[in-house]
Amino acid sequence: MMEWETVIGLEIHAQLATRSKIFSGASTAYGADPNTQACAVDLGLPGVLPVLNGEAVNMAVRFGLATGCSIAPHSVFARKNYFYPDLPKGYQISQYELPVVHDGEVTIELDDGETMRVGLTRAHLEEDAGKSLHEGFEGVTGIDLNRAGTPLLEIVSEPDLRSARQAVAYMKKIHSLVRYLEICDGNMQEGSFRCDANVSIRPKGQAEFGTRAEIKNLNSFRFVEKAINHEIERQIDLVESGGTVVQETRLYDSVKGETRSMRTKEEANDYRYFPDPDLLPLEITSEEVERIRATLPELPDAKKQRFMADYGLSAYDAGVLTASRDQADYFEAVVEAAGGEAKLAANWVMGDLSGALNRDGREVGDSPVTPAMLGGMLKRISDNTISGKIAKDVFEAMWNDEGDADAVIEAKGLKQVTDTGAIEAMIDEVIAANPGQVEQYRAGKDKLLGFFVGQVMKASKGKANPAQVNELLKKKLSG
Amino acid sequence: MSLDKDDVRQIAHLARLAVDDQRLPEHASNLSAILEFVEAMDAVDTAAVEPLAHPLEMRQRLRPDQVSEENQRELFQSVAPAVEGGLYLVPRVIE
Amino acid sequence: MSIHTSTVAELSTALARGDHSSRELTEAFLQRIQGQGVALNALVTVTAEQALAAADAADRARADGEAGPLTGVPMVHKDIFCTRGVRTSCGSRMLDNFISPYNAHVVDRLSAAGMVCLGKANMDEFAMGSSNETSFYGPVKNPWDTDAVPGGSSGGSAAAVAGGLAPAATGTDTGGSIRQPAALCGITGLKPTYGRVSRYGMIAFASSLDQAGPMARTAEDCALLLEAMAGFDMRDSTCVEREVPRYSQHLATDLNGLTIGLPKEYFGEGLDPTVASAIDAAVTEYRKLGAEFREISLANTHLAVPAYYVIAPAECSSNLSRFDGVRFGHRCDAPKDLEDLYKRSRGEGFGDEVQRRIMVGTYALSAGYYDAYYLKAQQVRRLIRDDFLSAFEDVDLILGPTSPTAAFNIGERSDDPVSMYLSDIYTIAVNLAGLPGISVPAGFAGGRPVGLQLIGNYFDEARLLGAAHAYQQVTDWHTRVPEAFA
Repeated sequence: MMEWETVIGLEIHAQLATRSKIFSGASTAYGADPNTQACAVDLGLPGVLPVLNGEAVNMAVRFGLATGCSIAPHSVFARKNYFYPDLPKGYQISQYELPVVHDGEVTIELDDGETMRVGLTRAHLEEDAGKSLHEGFEGVTGIDLNRAGTPLLEIVSEPDLRSARQAVAYMKKIHSLVRYLEICDGNMQEGSFRCDANVSIRPKGQAEFGTRAEIKNLNSFRFVEKAINHEIERQIDLVESGGTVVQETRLYDSVKGETRSMRTKEEANDYRYFPDPDLLPLEITSEEVERIRATLPELPDAKKQRFMADYGLSAYDAGVLTASRDQADYFEAVVEAAGGEAKLAANWVMGDLSGALNRDGREVGDSPVTPAMLGGMLKRISDNTISGKIAKDVFEAMWNDEGDADAVIEAKGLKQVTDTGAIEAMIDEVIAANPGQVEQYRAGKDKLLGFFVGQVMKASKGKANPAQVNELLKKKLSG
Repeated sequence: MSLDKDDVRQIAHLARLAVDDQRLPEHASNLSAILEFVEAMDAVDTAAVEPLAHPLEMRQRLRPDQVSEENQRELFQSVAPAVEGGLYLVPRVIE
Repeated sequence: MSIHTSTVAELSTALARGDHSSRELTEAFLQRIQGQGVALNALVTVTAEQALAAADAADRARADGEAGPLTGVPMVHKDIFCTRGVRTSCGSRMLDNFISPYNAHVVDRLSAAGMVCLGKANMDEFAMGSSNETSFYGPVKNPWDTDAVPGGSSGGSAAAVAGGLAPAATGTDTGGSIRQPAALCGITGLKPTYGRVSRYGMIAFASSLDQAGPMARTAEDCALLLEAMAGFDMRDSTCVEREVPRYSQHLATDLNGLTIGLPKEYFGEGLDPTVASAIDAAVTEYRKLGAEFREISLANTHLAVPAYYVIAPAECSSNLSRFDGVRFGHRCDAPKDLEDLYKRSRGEGFGDEVQRRIMVGTYALSAGYYDAYYLKAQQVRRLIRDDFLSAFEDVDLILGPTSPTAAFNIGERSDDPVSMYLSDIYTIAVNLAGLPGISVPAGFAGGRPVGLQLIGNYFDEARLLGAAHAYQQVTDWHTRVPEAFA
């Protein structure tokens, strides 16, 4: 049985978070009525001309700097010519031979904790197309050009990925990066972040690449993984049953969970790229590059290292916390509010907070429990005002808008009982009520200590300090 | 370069032009004549010459990222051949 | 002074003195257009109502003391410039139904200067042609001889001025489309430096070559018009941010010591001997004015037309893809599918010459041929530009014929694209290099006008206009009027 190796390269399209379009002053806001944000330039009216949005260039450079890419001092916009109703001018303005950003890499972390470098061939600026709507019309398609002209950064990886899992890890890495850099909102449902995957197989050990198929328009991490895995399986089955893979463009059908052919190489467009004569070469000086470099935020890799060094977190915890900039910022604000307690903060952010956010479908940025509130609560855990168990109730109350930790503790009377006399009184009652167990314990059945702790905690409604209860119980039972 | 009818058919398809079959020979001969004429350039060696895309070698100007355009859908669609519900209509596109 | 043979400067003075109101001028020209002008087929749309309203506004502005030199002066726009609320056809069936929703930058500027637009001038379809025979609206006639072409592509503009239907017109020049019809109709036409005038709203033919400019009777008028047309426009990335000189204030030029180059390649085979002697006579006039002449060589001149007929079609093949029957323009009846919609709309909407150039350009850019055609042409383009750059190290201006022959007859060259292309042999290189050029009337050949071309260095329009103006002070070719339209 032949052993196969998979080779994958991704082309990620990230919509840049500019206010206006890449070549016009129309708004890029999502969800407007059809064609209300398609201006004369976006519609390709006769006589209109494109003018490049400086912020789109800035964003591309930010990405390039964050991935160790070279920033081209001289790059060129080209026209990619093809006819399609969602492409108003009959060509897409893109970059072809000379992209603005090229030759860099990112490091991704795999499931087994190993890291891996993935090369970036290039990242270039281009305009997005409009949308074709097929529903609600009989025999016709409706065209909405609101999206036409939205700036895209197309990020092209080297064919360095060897499995669908790696491809997903890479895509997540880029997703995290563009959000850190605040150049893309990363909203995959709205299509702000999507990718095409080039997939091929070759016998293990063979140097040459096999013939690849390109799977278009994958707009979720799950689809990327499923589509690639399906495609690998399809190609292996095909080759093992005597067939050959043909170079073609395929579409992933998320309902059927399979890819199907869109067009083969023979049917492929002849795009007739040539430099766009309406635009001049884009020139970026090294001073401009340095000015942009100075505005870069701390990036996920650096942040992760710092979290490990400064907060003593494990690589895993640091990785999870820094996966998104919002979450990392939230965590740091909690630590600050709590006056330390980084481990505890990490556990709460990754545990209860993250669970509650997931449950309610909210983003960390609009959590009802602010970092100050969570930090304040952690303070009450560390100064023994409440136990970790009670803290879960306090957290829920805070989540439900019942005030900050102190207010909740006060209102619900959740303050931990640490008065030795009060605890001793409860212990005495429990001992008196359970003579049988006391006898067994004293006869050597140490395991019953848990039972007594439980009874006392129950009697205190959970508020007794568990450590004190333990200590006092031992003393009383042995006495 | 001499083009034949099939070449013209292929070019016309790329350019999305309906060309009458009967006129293919005429087009082929016209296009061939033009191509032959422009091939006069082959006589000069340009191996070491940088192509010139723009007469003025200037750099691209950048626009501030501001929304300057208002909704003019009604005006723009007043010249459209077929619209419905704000959408431009085309024959059904199958993907 | 009769209104229809007056220059812009004369009409400006008459308006300033109160001899005429703008309404009077406008009515007079509208009458010409609707009278003897009809035979020329120079205009495809007459905007009488808007023109009279604009004339009245101009008269009010004058009464309020807010008039500039062009306030109230009538003119026509080549139908390649988008005019809001008015059909902008570009001489094509494709845009026969296109009412532009916006104004070109040039239209806004001339309107802001107070000019009154009488209508839209006929032109070769999408500016592709040298004879005005490719227009969907039929050929324009040359006022000097209605059997002759007026030149192209700005043939309607040139014929309108020569025929006394308007004192001035806008034109566009991609390979000679202002200068060649100006020459063939006996008027003055200036193609400015690429980037001097905004292309916004001017329907693109070949973006790296297209440039708008004025067409009028005299260099002085062209100076007045260029002052108003030129200026920075953020909406055109290729429009330069550079001060516009007051060209009309600097016309009086002392030509003593001016060095003019005579490219030997512009006086060789193919040049009509009568045209050649008219140019020789002009050289003599310039000598008398103090200019010195030097023979120069623009060695790659013979490659200009070949390079142009790759670059211009390549750019046009892409520029004209937006005409697809979806958002504006012609759509075929009952398309059976998307491909049918595209192919029939474009096949019906575009005429033969436009289709021919789209196909040449499509081929030149297609896989496997790009290097041999497009890249090669861009390399040759640099050689041609470098020829001019080195010539301008030695001379201030370059002089030669605008066109190798006077106007030819309608139908004479329309079946042979290549022979038609060669009418632009002296003008095309100027576009490839992006330089300014002007054509001024310099005599007649067989009763048809001959044009003299002056070519300047980048942004040297002031010197170009000054030299043309000096010539017009000592000659009267520019004052000649065709008898039938006197």
